[in-house]
Amino acid sequence: MPQCDASGARTICVLPIDRRTLFAQQYPPLFHSVASVVSMKTLRGLLLLALPLALSGCHTVLMSPSGDVALQQRNLIITSFVLMLLIVVPVIIATLVFAWRYRESNHKAHYDPEWDHSTIVELMIWSAPLLIIIALGAITWVSTHKLDPYRPLDRIAAGKAVPADTRPLDVDVVALDWKWLFIYPEQNLAVVNELAAPVDRPIRFHLTASTVMNSFFIPALAGQIYAMPGMQTTLQAVINKPGDYQGMSANYSGDGFSYMNFIFHGMSEDDFAKWVAQAKSHGGMLDQATYTTLEAPSEKDPVHYYGSVEPGLYRSIVNRCVHPGPDCMDMLRMPGPGGGGEASASTDSHAAMPMAHPQ
Amino acid sequence: MGAAMTLHSPDLARLIFGRLSLESIPYHEPILIFTFIGVAIGGIAVLGLVTYYRKWGYLWREWFTSVDHKKIGIMYIVLALVMLLRGFADALMMRGQQAVAFGSHEGFLPASHYDQIFTAHGTIMIFFVAMPFITGLINFVMPLQIGSRDVAFPFLNNFSFWMTVAGALLVMTSLFIGVFARTGWLAYPPLSELPTSPDTGVDYWIWGLQVAGVGTTLSGINMIATIVKMRAPGMNMMKMPIFTWTALLANVLIVAAFPVLTATLALLTLDRYAGTHFFTNDLGGNYMMYVNLIWVWGHPEVYILILPAFGVFSEVTATFSRKRLFGYASMVYATVVIAVLSYLVWLHHFFTMGSGASVNSFFGITTMIISIPTGAKIFNWMFTMYRGRIVFDVAMMWVVAFIVTFAIGGMTGVLLAVPPADFALHNSLFLIAHFHNVIIGGVLFGMFAGVNYWFPKAFGFRLDPFWGKVSFWFWVAGFYFAFMPLYLLGLMGVTRRLRHFDDPSLQIWFEIAAFGAVLILIGIAAMIVQFGVSILHRDKLRDTDGDPWHGRTLEWSTSSPPPPYNFAFTPQVHDIDTWWQMKQHKWTRPTQGFLPIHMPKNTGTGVYLAALSFVFGFAMVWYMWLIAIVSFVALLAVAIHHTFNYDRDYYIPADEVGRVEAARAGA
Repeated sequence: MPQCDASGARTICVLPIDRRTLFAQQYPPLFHSVASVVSMKTLRGLLLLALPLALSGCHTVLMSPSGDVALQQRNLIITSFVLMLLIVVPVIIATLVFAWRYRESNHKAHYDPEWDHSTIVELMIWSAPLLIIIALGAITWVSTHKLDPYRPLDRIAAGKAVPADTRPLDVDVVALDWKWLFIYPEQNLAVVNELAAPVDRPIRFHLTASTVMNSFFIPALAGQIYAMPGMQTTLQAVINKPGDYQGMSANYSGDGFSYMNFIFHGMSEDDFAKWVAQAKSHGGMLDQATYTTLEAPSEKDPVHYYGSVEPGLYRSIVNRCVHPGPDCMDMLRMPGPGGGGEASASTDSHAAMPMAHPQ
Repeated sequence: MGAAMTLHSPDLARLIFGRLSLESIPYHEPILIFTFIGVAIGGIAVLGLVTYYRKWGYLWREWFTSVDHKKIGIMYIVLALVMLLRGFADALMMRGQQAVAFGSHEGFLPASHYDQIFTAHGTIMIFFVAMPFITGLINFVMPLQIGSRDVAFPFLNNFSFWMTVAGALLVMTSLFIGVFARTGWLAYPPLSELPTSPDTGVDYWIWGLQVAGVGTTLSGINMIATIVKMRAPGMNMMKMPIFTWTALLANVLIVAAFPVLTATLALLTLDRYAGTHFFTNDLGGNYMMYVNLIWVWGHPEVYILILPAFGVFSEVTATFSRKRLFGYASMVYATVVIAVLSYLVWLHHFFTMGSGASVNSFFGITTMIISIPTGAKIFNWMFTMYRGRIVFDVAMMWVVAFIVTFAIGGMTGVLLAVPPADFALHNSLFLIAHFHNVIIGGVLFGMFAGVNYWFPKAFGFRLDPFWGKVSFWFWVAGFYFAFMPLYLLGLMGVTRRLRHFDDPSLQIWFEIAAFGAVLILIGIAAMIVQFGVSILHRDKLRDTDGDPWHGRTLEWSTSSPPPPYNFAFTPQVHDIDTWWQMKQHKWTRPTQGFLPIHMPKNTGTGVYLAALSFVFGFAMVWYMWLIAIVSFVALLAVAIHHTFNYDRDYYIPADEVGRVEAARAGA
């Protein structure tokens, strides 16, 4: 993988030629099947072709992320890209070569106006893309399951498993018009438009929204997941380097959408504890009444802290019963076989929701 | 009666004007005022010229009421080109806004305006540029390619065209009366529901698409019937030209997909007008259903657009390589496979909405599988060039630009089909770059190739190659300048539909993209100049024998432009490249023995029905219930009345056919 040294003014990257070792470690069976299709030498040559991309990648957050999930996604992007270059580069070159060689004025080129079939060529043109797609399909199946945002993390970084006693940091995220509300149930804290988490501790986000769809996206941390009203989604991620990272809504949600940004702070355990203490010192309680005020559409809201949060508030938001009116959605659903009824009895704020992920 | 007596004037005004008032005219928006003045001056100039040259009668008799597939096809393409100007103006404004709105600079577009612009851009480019373009090209070319005299239902064809126009007019009206949707081009609920979008925007979007959708669906049925039933004797399915094959499958997709769009829009309409809860947040609504349904239509839609473009490339490559198309059968099967698979991939538009890993993997892999037949097609074009004698006329230049561009766009598409990669790239400018890469590099380049290729058939003279090449180079260079920076910005984590940025280091890339848009603008201007210059020099560019490119398929066997009846005698087909084979066998055109030809008569009913549909759509947008009811009843009445019109056909006498054919021989 490209290693970037950001110490200087300019970022310098080194792409070890032997990326295939990493590739082989990640997808051993697949690697061999790909390797049998193309010789090592070709693959290495093509990896060299990918170098410019990796180089330009160093200035781009997706190509040099700071969270392990985003890093694995980055590696997957590069792997898939290289795999496809195997076929796309020859196609582009051959097209240009054929176009030039068989131009009208070149009478030296062989002209065969009736040549319209060749079984060998036909076999080739169907099987070459097929082989690439078999490889890519296998990678897709494996990586989609491995990087499923609902799946609890099993590693903090490459070669670093999650310690057995680690509990993930829970953050309940609510996308409001047009700001982000982050509730820390464990810390009994709520923050508007600012997010912080300790490095190397898994974070488990549960997400919902107040009125319309948004998409929760911190490019340096992990891929995005939608935050949707009346539904709950989950994202598991971890940040590996301290720093301030851009967070945003990636899905258009109305007039104030462009300003729906926040800063995500990755910090050491100690700094995080200080941040929590400092945030809680602002006092104030986020209850139904304050939430109702907060929920009203507004733009460019400053960072704001609530020292405590009314228990069950997030659950009421997901189930759309913060305001007096209809019953909570989880109460409305009928208990019964196959239905989500069993959730209605649960007081767990993360119980099954309409969009709940099949466990 | 009592209720009528107590109807006060405000109630009456409300019944007639609905929610329309003077406030609905955006006279406080200087950009719109200037646009309106520009459109008004341009419009008055055009109307004035038509009146001055007394062309109204001619236009009405020869074009508007025409049921001739060739004229309808040309009108579709004129509509597409006009709407391209509007859609591109939107694009320029977005590029301008994003190039300047950094830090404390808010740019020149407020959110309420900017959000309408990107919604209108997407809606117009797909529904009123790309769709009319392909429908127009199919209309003009396909009946000629299969040796037919017209489509199966000529009146329906005219009606379909005018419904598309009415839909486009509704969307255009929103520019000056009320507002357009601020929801993005697919108007996802809950944002598009009444609580969050109470104004006329989404309603304009709904009714514009519904009215145009009637035209599209009917036209799809018409084209399928034509291809299935009206091929010349001897032309079995595996002897159909590839463009006709792609036209057939695109129209099968239309007939299968557009009703889904119609139903989805109808449900959203009920939510907005009747207070139902199909897609609302509360009371059992589920907007995920909308997202699924809209993409069940939306994904086949992109294949509806690209398949005919593939057909154009196949025809152009074979003709200009002076060689048979390589792998005809494999091309046909690839097209069929793409058409079938296009229904199995819709979920890849929302991997990030919380589906399980197995569901995401399934849709990711089906998406990748589509790249196999698509790849095979690209190889087929490549091997058609192989051992050919390639003439680089403008149409062929578009083919080469297409293959290179589309290979890149296809590759980024497959990358987006890998769900974990999509989690990082979805909603980013990388995605925007990808779909412009395939829609401009695929569909639009294909349409431009098609216009340059078939223009002499339609008008009897070729397009000026110099200006065609100028346009080509500006378009292609402009495309790369405009969209390659977007790929990079996507990798920088920049997402779509933003009207303001904080990070000043991004600005340079947006400026490069804006520069690319200016190059494309020059490309479009050069294309307009190309039309003008070609008309001026038409005598020099004249196509005298109807076969300017040494074509291979039947459309080149008639004169340019073809007579209203296309073929004096229905051709006999023995080969895929029928006309090529006829030329090889030294075929001579019959000069006698003509018979009277049975032809459909022109009718204005299509125009009337579409005009009433426009009024009905407008009235529904503004809650003008009285006008809505009256126009709807009138719509039914006119449609029923037309069924009693028995004066639908006429015969072109044999001696007139003889005269036309003799004149052609004389030329």
